[in-house]
Amino acid sequence: MNGLDIWMRENPITYVVLGSYAVAFLIFAVEVALVRHKRKITLQQIRLMREAGEDE
Amino acid sequence: MAINWFKYSAPTTFYGLAGKLIPLFAIPAVVLFAVGLYIGFFVAPTDYQQGEFYRIIFIHVPASILSMFLYLVMAGYAALGLIFKTRLSAMMATAIAPTGALFAVISLWTGALWGKPMWGAWWVWDARLTSELILLFLYLGYIALHASIDDPKRADRASALLAIVGSVNVPIIYFSVKWWNTLHQGSTIKFSGTSMHVAMQQAMFITLLACWFYAIAVVLARVRSIILERERHTTWINELPEVK
Repeated sequence: MNGLDIWMRENPITYVVLGSYAVAFLIFAVEVALVRHKRKITLQQIRLMREAGEDE
Repeated sequence: MAINWFKYSAPTTFYGLAGKLIPLFAIPAVVLFAVGLYIGFFVAPTDYQQGEFYRIIFIHVPASILSMFLYLVMAGYAALGLIFKTRLSAMMATAIAPTGALFAVISLWTGALWGKPMWGAWWVWDARLTSELILLFLYLGYIALHASIDDPKRADRASALLAIVGSVNVPIIYFSVKWWNTLHQGSTIKFSGTSMHVAMQQAMFITLLACWFYAIAVVLARVRSIILERERHTTWINELPEVK
């Protein structure tokens, strides 16, 4: 057994929480941030297009 | 009073409806995650065989179920778009794909973390694990194919075909533990009942519901951006208060 095997058997809850739940919630947080960023960028593009159209 | 559902199949009306629905799903998702994880970690007893490691189940099983169901929903929307040429269906399919792929990643990742202490290996070429990995590749293939074609209508058609053909993989994932001798355990929850402790069942169903609510909220938020992007040349987009 290597060091990680020994550590995970001595600290199963920490292994489960950090390995699974922390990673899963980090993925959710990144996804939400990307979706919000995409909306912000899309709205900016539409505003720019609108302003360019008004200038012509 | 009859609801005219066709009214909401138009991006014009669905955009506003989706905006109103997002908090109705996002807030319960947060609450349900908190309640489900509280029950999962503080109320559910330790498993007599797997010890504390089994607690990965409260994210692993919901993520796996969502990855499969979201694929079927995505393929369903893609098929609707292909058959009826409804604009919103293709947009919904495109919005579901990244969330489905992320749930497949979470399923595979948490499965590996569960497999190591139980089987002594992060990964085995078992039928269940391999078919789930293929599901992730199908999601990635759908996203890549859609992104590689400039014309959105052609991209929708090509990726819809991939989504529909790929949906054959979902029953393979589900029945793989029955059809083949796999290292992965069989279904814990069956129609005939379950041997799980009631607190474990409650925690799993609550986190499953939380994952569903999260997925719906994030897909609705993403589809709003897709609607904005694709309909940007229309007058109704330019009249939206957030654009002005």
